Amino acid sequence: MKLKKLTALALTAAMGVSVLAGCGSNSGSSSQGSAAPAESSTTQSEGSAAASDTGEAASSAASEAGAVTWDGKNITVNVASEPQTIDPALNSAVDGAMMTLHLFEGLMKWKDTGTEVDGTDGTSNSAQITYGQAESYDKKTNDDGTVTYTFKLRDDIKWSDGQPVTAGDFEYAWKRLVTPETAADYNYMLDCVVNANEIMAGEKDPSELAAKALDDKTFEVTITTDLPYFEELCAFPAMLPVRQDTIEANGDQWTFDPATYITNGSYKMQAWNHNSEIIMEKNDQYYDYANLGPDTITWKLMDDANAMLSGFNSGELNFIENVPQAEIANKIASGDLKIVDYIGTYYVCYQTQKAPFDNPLVRQAFTLAVDRTYIVNQVTQSGQVEANGFVPAGVYDAAGASGDDFRTVGGGYYAETDADYAANCEKAKELLAEAGYPGGEGFPVVEYLYNTDDNHKAVAEALQFMWEDVLGVTVTLNNQEWNTFLQTRKDGDYSIARNGWIADYNDPMSFLDMWLTGGGNNDAQYASEDYDKLIQQAKSATDTSERMKYMHEAEDLIMGQDWVLNPLYFYTQKYMLSDGIKGMYYCPLGYFFFGYVHP
Amino acid sequence: MTKYMVRRVIMAIVTLAVVACTTFFLMNAIPGNPWLSEKTPTQATIDALNAKYGLDQPLIVQLGKYLGNLIQGDFGTSIKMQKNRPVLQIILEMFPVSAKVGILAIVWAVLAGVPLGCLAAYKRGTWIDSFLRIVCTIGISMPGFVVATLLLHTLCGGIAGVKLFPALFDGTPASYVLPCIALGFYPMCYLSRQTRTAMLDSINQEYIKTARAKGLKNGVIIFKHALRNALIPVITYLGPQVAFTLCGGLVVETVFSIPGLGRYFIQSIQNRDYPLIMGTTIFLAAFIIVMNLLVDVCYKIVDPRINLTRGN
Repeated sequence: MKLKKLTALALTAAMGVSVLAGCGSNSGSSSQGSAAPAESSTTQSEGSAAASDTGEAASSAASEAGAVTWDGKNITVNVASEPQTIDPALNSAVDGAMMTLHLFEGLMKWKDTGTEVDGTDGTSNSAQITYGQAESYDKKTNDDGTVTYTFKLRDDIKWSDGQPVTAGDFEYAWKRLVTPETAADYNYMLDCVVNANEIMAGEKDPSELAAKALDDKTFEVTITTDLPYFEELCAFPAMLPVRQDTIEANGDQWTFDPATYITNGSYKMQAWNHNSEIIMEKNDQYYDYANLGPDTITWKLMDDANAMLSGFNSGELNFIENVPQAEIANKIASGDLKIVDYIGTYYVCYQTQKAPFDNPLVRQAFTLAVDRTYIVNQVTQSGQVEANGFVPAGVYDAAGASGDDFRTVGGGYYAETDADYAANCEKAKELLAEAGYPGGEGFPVVEYLYNTDDNHKAVAEALQFMWEDVLGVTVTLNNQEWNTFLQTRKDGDYSIARNGWIADYNDPMSFLDMWLTGGGNNDAQYASEDYDKLIQQAKSATDTSERMKYMHEAEDLIMGQDWVLNPLYFYTQKYMLSDGIKGMYYCPLGYFFFGYVHP
Repeated sequence: MTKYMVRRVIMAIVTLAVVACTTFFLMNAIPGNPWLSEKTPTQATIDALNAKYGLDQPLIVQLGKYLGNLIQGDFGTSIKMQKNRPVLQIILEMFPVSAKVGILAIVWAVLAGVPLGCLAAYKRGTWIDSFLRIVCTIGISMPGFVVATLLLHTLCGGIAGVKLFPALFDGTPASYVLPCIALGFYPMCYLSRQTRTAMLDSINQEYIKTARAKGLKNGVIIFKHALRNALIPVITYLGPQVAFTLCGGLVVETVFSIPGLGRYFIQSIQNRDYPLIMGTTIFLAAFIIVMNLLVDVCYKIVDPRINLTRGN
């Protein structure tokens, strides 16, 4: 009898442990979706960066980071698991981008400004665009409105095998990017170059791309209209130069062997132990070799957030981007976890072609009924900023880096903090009544769709409560596995769905041209001729302030008038860096740079 | 016996073909495709990708081509997770890592589980039996990731001053310890329970009583006569379990950052990496078939009364 009781007790205890551990954690420690910003599924990182917490109950056992001194020779970092590819043209993920930016160098590059990013306690500086393999360029506007950039390459640039880098290497890489057979996800980044769209559509031969090597040291590009972010495009990972001979000799396999993976950046690949680590060493052919920091950068390839934190605490990792969700608040409070801007928006989109969300009044009511302060402070807890528009803070306006950003110039479309929440709710109720559903009466049951992930679930539950509480409507929740979710959302087979967008380049266009009628990422199925016209006007505008004006008008239309999107918050990037490491710098597109770190 | 083996091999090939076809149609039936992401590429790019990897062809043609290549030992290339890397190369590189951890885990599970099961049966009803029952119940009911994460947090530097093992797997003997414990804990407990039940069964049989009456030593009775009979269910369980464990546990490999094959079974499906789904499934299926064949041969060794060639 006694024994049975004992056994029963033990059983209960065991089950209790499992249940506790079960909550708030996902047994599949590989849920895709939860990516670079752990609470979001962002494009860029979806497949490869997959960190979710397994067993938060257990993670509380972790103690504070011990002070481990850094040797200054080798830095070990973790940003994600095995990259899908490190071929610059084929890569579309942030982790792959970071690696390729260390291994290759474009016409332009990101450099340390020497200015600390706010709130990072001296651990990270900001980044700015400067000359990379090019030493200068001339810009000339042609009679037909196109603009020709003529880049002069540096004299002392070499590939890791000692051969000189030529303008022909850039010509080859850029043409390869837009060649349909390459099937590069990011080929549209070059759509500004004359003839690129026709080549991508298969209407013209890649040799007609207006990107030519005039001689070994001169590279000429003609773009359809001048772009304020063209310099930045020249530093974009997909536009990095690659070597024709090694790619032609080794085909798709050229990235897998350090001997054939010839690069021109500050570091070169020493070894790639799949699913374990990528080791990079200083490239002795690099023109700034003497000033480089660590001898090696080891990129540990890992999946699990608990393992990352354990590795960091034990000193085996010097840098991590992910920690278990349950640890975030603690780590921010203790100052170990730093938060920096990340140009992206977490938002909700409505299926605008389907009742009841084909009515802008309903969409506006649902947008206003959300307490964003509660979501960022109580749910996501990673220092995110309440969103009051679709284009996030930090995106340049006409004045560029020095002036007010696009969000500041454009202003908010509603009061985003909880101070005005009560007033927003009143307005939302009125709007819903105006739409024919006073107090939610007669409003159909609608479904909120998100991809299976605890963080998205928590946001979904908060939204569900707010909508039901304020508007008197009934909202059900539905989650789907990542890939299925993407398909459903793309097909428009939903009412309200979670969404997120990260900038490719620092310009509002990265957020606005996706809503063109019939656009591949136009999940809201938004169709507005006026909107399309404004975007086209912005794209063909030659004057920067005029261009910005059109884009502000476009955002006014999609947000302020049609209420197609419900932005919740602007993303942030979090990280932990070992004590005593200086000289890391960060670009808010999500790239950290380790090439010049020093003790 | 030769005839029997030939028949088994033919059966195995048929089974594999069925597995390949079923997997192929099932994976194509799930919604989504490899090219979906938060930022969908342009339609032209998607068309080019489909053409490049042969996904633009009718399913039946794709399947035919795949099987044709498979016969020649070509498993195709990964289209997403490790873009353009041959699937066979991925399996051959990752499997040995998983297998090493898996073998060690299975070995300790058997070496600990079977004797503990015997002990529990022999000491039935005593505190030893109860204690083992509690341990095994915990082991069977506690999810693998809890065991793994607990070990990781307590013994790898999570508690100040306690850093017995590296947090990241680096191939050194020390880094094998925790993953093997975590991976082998469940099979150990399960085996122990199985052995106990089977032992109780055989201890009460007439021939054991005869052995006792003959005055044989206890050890001989338990380990030679009783255990031998009791091993049948244990072997049945071990066969497929060895295949699963050697192919890697997703949870343990993720938590301990082991570069093994386990993650590919789940992640290839999440990524809709079709050739990788096919490759890993066929590999595991083949492994299980081989293990089942071995199990049958082991039956014969353990219990010569079993006749493999005729239904008995």
